[in-house]
Order: sequence, then C-alpha cells, then structure tokens
Amino acid sequence: MKLVVNGKEEIFDDNEISVSKLLVLKDVKLPQMVSVQLNGEFIQADEHESRMLKDGDNVEFLYFMGGGR
Amino acid sequence: MRNDQLLRYSRQIILEQIGGVGQEKLLNASVLVIGAGGLGAPALYYLVAAGVGRIGIADWDVVDITNLQRQIIHFTGDIGKQKADSAFEKLHQLNPDVRIERLNLQIDSKNIGEIIKSYDFVIDGVDNFPTKFLINDAAVLFNKPFSHAGILRFSGQTFTHIPGGACYRCMFASPPPAGLVPTCSEAGIIGSVAGVIGSIQALEAIKYITGAGSLLSDRLLTFDALSIEFRTIKIKRNPDCPICGNNPTITTLQDIKLPQCDI
Repeated sequence: MKLVVNGKEEIFDDNEISVSKLLVLKDVKLPQMVSVQLNGEFIQADEHESRMLKDGDNVEFLYFMGGGR
Repeated sequence: MRNDQLLRYSRQIILEQIGGVGQEKLLNASVLVIGAGGLGAPALYYLVAAGVGRIGIADWDVVDITNLQRQIIHFTGDIGKQKADSAFEKLHQLNPDVRIERLNLQIDSKNIGEIIKSYDFVIDGVDNFPTKFLINDAAVLFNKPFSHAGILRFSGQTFTHIPGGACYRCMFASPPPAGLVPTCSEAGIIGSVAGVIGSIQALEAIKYITGAGSLLSDRLLTFDALSIEFRTIKIKRNPDCPICGNNPTITTLQDIKLPQCDI
C-alpha cells in the first residue's frame, strides 16, 4: 500500500501495517521520542499497536528536541 | 521617532510590511528571551538590533568555554560571568536605545507567571524539557504568545503559539521518559543550526509585533542541516491536549523533575 511518511510517498509490500510496525519499518530507534500524527490527528502512544494504517494515509513523525542553549 | 532612529532602522522602515508604523510598534514592544544561549544569542542580537523597546534576558547560568562554539553573544573573556550580564554588555553596545532587563534567575513554576505577564512575546531558548513544558504551560494559562524551539545535532524545529492555537502539548503531551533524554556529550550540536533557528524565533517576534506576514502558528517548522531541508507540518489544536484541550487536566503550573540535557 501507499503511505505518505514525513511528506514523502512510499510504497509498502505489506497491507497490514500498524503505527507501531511503521515505526519499526522506518527504523525509528526510540519510538518513545516520537509523536505520531496520522492524517492531522495525534495518535496516543498506547494506540500505536492497535491503530492500523490505510492506503493513502499521511503519517508524520514529530521528534522531541530538547536543546537550545 | 528621532532622526537617529529613522536612520538606524531605515532599512526595515523602508519595508512595506513594517514602515514607520511597524517601527513604532517595535519601539513600544517588549520581548522576554528565556535562555541566553545557542538560540537566545541570535534572537537577542536581532531583536535588539531591530529596536524592540524592552528586552528581558532570563538566565541563571554562567559562561563556560564549551558554550562559545555556538552561544555567539558570549566571548572568551566572558568565561565565568553570568550569561545575562555578558549578553547585556554586547547588546547595550549594539543598541543603547533598548531597555534591557537582566533576570539572573532560574525560571520556575512560582516565578514564571509574574515574569512573563509584563512582556508582549516570549522566546523559549532553554535547553531542557521541564522548562520547555513550563514555558508552554505558563503561556497557555496566561494567554501569552511565544516561540518554541528545539535543536539537536544537525537539526532543529520551531513553532509559534498564539492564544487559542495549537500548543507544545498538543504535539507532545508530556516530557519524554527521563532515561531517553540524550545527555550533552551524547547529543552534540552544530552552532550555526542554533543560529538558523534562533534567527527564525526573532523573526516570529518581529512579525507578531508588527503584524507582518503570517506566523508559524499551527505549524511546526523542521530543519535538517545535513539535507538542507526545511519542512512545515500542519498542526491542529488537539482536543485531547492536557492543557489547551477541551477537558484540560493541567490547570496550575508545576515544576517537572527530569535530568537536564545541557546542550
């Protein structure tokens, strides 16, 4: 299926992809440091496992960035 | 406006979106910069140069040799000085017109409300999640617009909160688990990334004050220096947000205890 991940269109062989699985497929090492936005809505961390993605979904990974000084 | 002011600010007064009216707004405006470091340094320089009438510098720390690679408001001879004092010296030289207030103190849940109340706009230039969340929470509870930013290694991100719009907790409900926050030595930062993002924060303050253009509100700007890509991601106010959502669970300010990453 086709997903738009961080603004880039990508094709995945698998059609059964949860948010958690996408984080693994995209090689996100520390999923706890990522906030996931699916089609403009934020998905709570405890829903990552159960939330399945659909063809054409738009997913953004927002990363915690704590630095500044 | 005095003649020397007309000359000093002529290159921005000439801009259609600023003009004499916008310059008067800047001269009558106040901005609080929390953290006189990597982000705060460029933000402070540009705000003072642009003639923002009153600037607050809040920083409890002293200048260290490892700061100088990115905190360009501090010089080698400033090592050991309070950062707010060191920044004040440069900024006063740059533009003696600006009233610069030094706050040599640590921002916490007890003092932040009183401090931010007297400024029109706040810039978050701090280096740790507890204070970033505290600034957000105080801004939401006191209806104060502010510019958030974070930097890490070769990347940075920033967004502007205006009352009623999306806030930091809409994106990140609570700070990340303590053990996962990278330490300074692990993380690292290239100074010019702080320069890029801190300059954007100054721009947002100037745009807010003058009304020029559209703000980086309800959008997150991310910058990756390695691929030299900027992206803006649309962010909606989150109805489940713990502080600005429909049923907020955070109604008073509290200090969050987490180990700091002194980037």
